[in-house]
Amino acid sequence: MKQIKLDRIGTRPLSEFSYGGEVVDEPEGDTLSDREWAGYLFNADGAPGVKLEWWRHVPTGIWYRLRRNTITDEFIIDQPKVEAKA
Amino acid sequence: MSLALLKQVLFPWQEAIRFFPDEKPLRDSYDVVVIGAGGHGLATAYYLIRDHGIKDIAVLEQGYIGGGNTGRNTTIIRSNYLTPEGVRFYDESVKLYRDLSDDLDINLFYSTRGHFTLAHSDSALRTMRWRAEVNKHFGIDSEVWNRDQIAKDVPFLDLDCGGEHPILGALYHAPGALARHDAVAWGYGRAAAQRGAEIHQKTRVTGIKTSGVAVTGVETNRGSIATNQVVSCVAGSTPRITKMLDIETPLEIYSLQACVTEPLKPFLDRIIVSGSLHVYISQSSRGELVMGASLDPAPLHSTRSTFDFTEGMADMLLDLFPFVGDVKLVRQWAGMADMTPDFAPIMGLTPVDGFFINGGWGTYGFKATPISGKTLAYTIANGRAHPLIEPYALERFANLSLVGEKGAASVGH
Repeated sequence: MKQIKLDRIGTRPLSEFSYGGEVVDEPEGDTLSDREWAGYLFNADGAPGVKLEWWRHVPTGIWYRLRRNTITDEFIIDQPKVEAKA
Repeated sequence: MSLALLKQVLFPWQEAIRFFPDEKPLRDSYDVVVIGAGGHGLATAYYLIRDHGIKDIAVLEQGYIGGGNTGRNTTIIRSNYLTPEGVRFYDESVKLYRDLSDDLDINLFYSTRGHFTLAHSDSALRTMRWRAEVNKHFGIDSEVWNRDQIAKDVPFLDLDCGGEHPILGALYHAPGALARHDAVAWGYGRAAAQRGAEIHQKTRVTGIKTSGVAVTGVETNRGSIATNQVVSCVAGSTPRITKMLDIETPLEIYSLQACVTEPLKPFLDRIIVSGSLHVYISQSSRGELVMGASLDPAPLHSTRSTFDFTEGMADMLLDLFPFVGDVKLVRQWAGMADMTPDFAPIMGLTPVDGFFINGGWGTYGFKATPISGKTLAYTIANGRAHPLIEPYALERFANLSLVGEKGAASVGH
């Protein structure tokens, strides 16, 4: 089983995590057209690459924003910390 | 075939009859370029020629014929879906499949087995009743069976599933069938090539050229091709193609894994699916158990296999068939499934004139191969979506009119 080493919880197996989707900035809902809102709701960047994603550590309930390469399935943990969401 | 073999023995100096016609050189212009020589792409080429007389077709394939999801699925064919759109569409596909061996002059080993979708909870049973009623309304043979009926029909199945999640009933779909997946691609490929389509393997599309909002050609690793009509039939690679045209889609690529065991004596005629346990199983004509589970937990552009998958799947399988505990797995593999939010495909026209999309086939593409090719060929030839695929337009997401198909294999209820 793949292990992930993170702040606060140490090294944990991947089975303790659940995927929460790619990190997408929420747009200003009031100024969007219906089409733009539908695009935010449904469209995704399905192409391969390094993505910033939400991952929840289920036992502790902590949400992490982790970079992962979707071709090699490797987490890139040692990247500089991503600034907190405004 | 045995006569042809005998001929080879008696007259070895005569050239052997090859399955596919010789590959022709790649030209610099075609009427239609199909990207992807899997079942869907080759079926599209075949029906374009047979039904619409469009012969100047190149099918471009970055790997080899049928090497993608066509050769990686668990070969189940059925039409017991939940939505009217889905039921109508997949029923047409099952009808085409039944005649396909004759149509393509190749033995697809099409074998009608009967298909169980097990219900382990009241809510799942309720969905099975819903599906059965929708199916019956459209004239499709589906009914809900109780425990006693299942026990009589599948004697080796542990109806209590080890006591944890007992089976309460099942949706039984008599037309559920299996077929040899490779032969579907080979049959469509040969039939299309014999009628004039060109299949070019090891030819990767690297770009799509446009003028204004219309397609003018494709770039490949073997040079440029001028064409006004391009259709993408590339399953897990679809976002890479749509990205070339800046077309946004909801597609996300997940790995779907499967495996087979060593051959056993025939004991399982039926196809068994459990959405709650995330496992489906059938016995092939060679006696192997062919098994799959649900999607991997996060998007992945890779066909790697994992031990986590076999471990998790075996855990569920042993609940259903405890006696297979000593049976050995001999192969496992994965395919890249292009998933949509509503578990329905994306087919038809796009915002770019002359570019047609056929994707979002997720975990249900193999069973749709014939009808997908047929309706897509109609769409390309007529410039408008075939009525059966109108609900599957890419536009549905912008219009907030999603399909809501929960009859897909990987959906738990």
